[in-house]
Amino acid sequence: MADIYHEIPPRFQVEIDREKCRLCERCTVNCTYDVHSFQGERIVARSENCVACQRCATMCPQGAISILPGKITFAPHYTYSDRIRRIIYEQASTGGVMLAGSGTDLPYRVIFDDLLLDAAQVTNPSIDPLRETVETVTYLGRKPDRMSVAEDDGKLIVSRGADYPNVELSTPIVVGHMSLGSISYNACLAILRAAKEVGTMVGTGEGGLHPDFYEYADVINSEVASGRFGIEPRYLKEIAAIEIKIGQGAKPGHGGHLPGEKVDAVISETRMIPKGTDALSPYPHHDIYSIEDLAQLIGALKEASRYRVPVGVKIAAVHNSAPIASGIARAGADFITLDGLRGGTGAAPRIIRDHAGIPVELAVAAVDRRLREEGIRHLVSIVAGGSIRYAADLVKVLALGADAAMVGQSALIAMGCRACQMCHLGNCSWGIATQRSDLTRRLDVDIAAQRLANVFHAWTEELREILGALGIDSVESLVGNRDRLRYVGPNPKVAEVLGVKHAGEPWSD
Amino acid sequence: MVELKEKAEAEVRAEAEPNVIEISALDERGEPKPYKLLNDEVHRAAAAGCDVIRLRDVHGQRFLAAGLEGRVRLEVYGTPGNDLGVFMDGPTIEVFGSAQDQAGNTMNNGKIVVHGNAWDVTGFAARGGKIFVRGDGGYRIGIHMKEFRRHRPVVVYGGCVREFFGEYMAGGLLVALGLDGRGKAASRDPGREVVGSGLATGIHGGVIYLRGDVPDHYLGVGAVKRELDERDRKTLEPVLREFGEHFDVPLELIWEKPFTKVVPASSRPYGAYYCGKLI
Repeated sequence: MADIYHEIPPRFQVEIDREKCRLCERCTVNCTYDVHSFQGERIVARSENCVACQRCATMCPQGAISILPGKITFAPHYTYSDRIRRIIYEQASTGGVMLAGSGTDLPYRVIFDDLLLDAAQVTNPSIDPLRETVETVTYLGRKPDRMSVAEDDGKLIVSRGADYPNVELSTPIVVGHMSLGSISYNACLAILRAAKEVGTMVGTGEGGLHPDFYEYADVINSEVASGRFGIEPRYLKEIAAIEIKIGQGAKPGHGGHLPGEKVDAVISETRMIPKGTDALSPYPHHDIYSIEDLAQLIGALKEASRYRVPVGVKIAAVHNSAPIASGIARAGADFITLDGLRGGTGAAPRIIRDHAGIPVELAVAAVDRRLREEGIRHLVSIVAGGSIRYAADLVKVLALGADAAMVGQSALIAMGCRACQMCHLGNCSWGIATQRSDLTRRLDVDIAAQRLANVFHAWTEELREILGALGIDSVESLVGNRDRLRYVGPNPKVAEVLGVKHAGEPWSD
Repeated sequence: MVELKEKAEAEVRAEAEPNVIEISALDERGEPKPYKLLNDEVHRAAAAGCDVIRLRDVHGQRFLAAGLEGRVRLEVYGTPGNDLGVFMDGPTIEVFGSAQDQAGNTMNNGKIVVHGNAWDVTGFAARGGKIFVRGDGGYRIGIHMKEFRRHRPVVVYGGCVREFFGEYMAGGLLVALGLDGRGKAASRDPGREVVGSGLATGIHGGVIYLRGDVPDHYLGVGAVKRELDERDRKTLEPVLREFGEHFDVPLELIWEKPFTKVVPASSRPYGAYYCGKLI
């Protein structure tokens, strides 16, 4: 279908201070959205193309560029908001399905912001993390069914039955699945280096593992998704964990379409498909239509990896997450990853990104409670992601029942992402969500890796601080500890689902 | 160099005096062993350097040879369970009987020969290797197969298959011959339909050859029929010869009836599907 172009007001207004501009043309080189060009004797900015990635303004040596909200306003209309009008104009022009990147930007209430933490006062003294050990090491995987302690001739004999493979993390933060394809080679490499330094785990995303990255195999969580791309023996045998991807928070129920123009030599080698072909991940796994089928794939992966690593299952947070998680635990998974409504994506249909799923806060609390009620919580670890923005969210999601938090967008922001949400266009001016070699070069791997490692270290210290203030000496004692959370939001039903009391209510009456 | 030489010598030795081990899939009480136990024995035998592992009395044990690598040969007597050879990379499996669902699931390389039927989702997401089935197949066979460089999966059914053959196919070669797979010599056409509807829905790579014609309305979205040319015959010839050798089916019999080729209309089915630049 031919595009029928229809002029609409720009979202942003790009202004160049002519006094300051020295005509160095750096903005024209740096902009990847065709905004700046040198025409005649001046730089001309086409504001209608601007996505506010800030690359030009950051790189301008004179500080001559301003990016402001669009100057031409739509007539105010609550029902037909600017956003909705823009969507209709776009679809009227193209007849296409709206695609979007990143996570939803709609103002769904962030429940983390309605939760407050407890602090130790008098009767349960706080701990000084500088002086005393506050443990943040976390183990992902199935735990023994029972432990028994016996005394034999004055010695304690601890027996715990069968041992199951666990992944040791130095801190309860893992990096989610961002594939080479959704982000660049350099971005992947920076994340792997940071994870190795910190001692945590990184998801491969759907799409296999580039041969160069096997150097980092001991921090890699291999994703097995519906497209089954890049699955070779070492992808299942040399890594730290395997994760079956059923769903993703940004696009529950949807598969993935990596457009052919992004499938260049590097991607082709990783996904193991010919260059230039669409890489389609089907909506469901074609061998999973029930919990029994899921159990079969878990069994196959455990057999293929010779029971050396834990096998997890990732689902999007949806209405029925708790019973599904119960089934997943009983199907033999060793960890369950819950990806919430606000989770990110390289590209997803906007209608799904913005309108399907539930916030991870509710899902993690519901799943944790359900598994505890059924006495099977020890069968699985819970990993929760989908807008873990900073350390406060990390602490709160653990208290709601997660063993570890999964990050994506915040990791990219640490590396320089401006969250302009144009990942799906593949022209990321910061060299992160792109495969264009002229752009991927822009991301300095060493610097990006160090910045990300800094964030992980800072979060871990903040976690220790808060644990100390709570009087808890190990992160495992925070997991599912809803007693240390209070709700201050507007909706008591939310507190009920979370299993959290309202602020002002004491531990017990 | 030394390594290569040692490898070649080992191959010669394996052919001359193969190191064979027999494993029963029943325990001492005559009950089928759990798959975990049986597979453990298979993996240990392969690691110990056995050339041929002969499995007797297989009773539906799943995941046989899962993730197995190397050049070992498995002979399976009885009925292996689902996911036979899943994630396998190299070995040859010959089943003297029928296989259940998902034989060769996400297989990387190797060969599976089934003397009976192999039912649903055979060769799912396979990226390499060959699967030859003498008899019939069920639904969704060869779906989402891929190919990359020298890896090109091949699945050949001597008999008929059901709906959604080659759905979502991204690469490789799928063949169904529609011969009478139940007869000893597979020597006559019983007038059955070689394939069901929903054929190659969402196909965006690879090629399907069907012996005989297929009604147009059986073709799924994105699939188109083409006539065979000389290159197609050249592609098919060695594959059919290999099939014929395994099951003692003469090539002339197979060529008696003309083939139909099914290919993707485009390698970019979602090329013009999306929009979203303005917001």
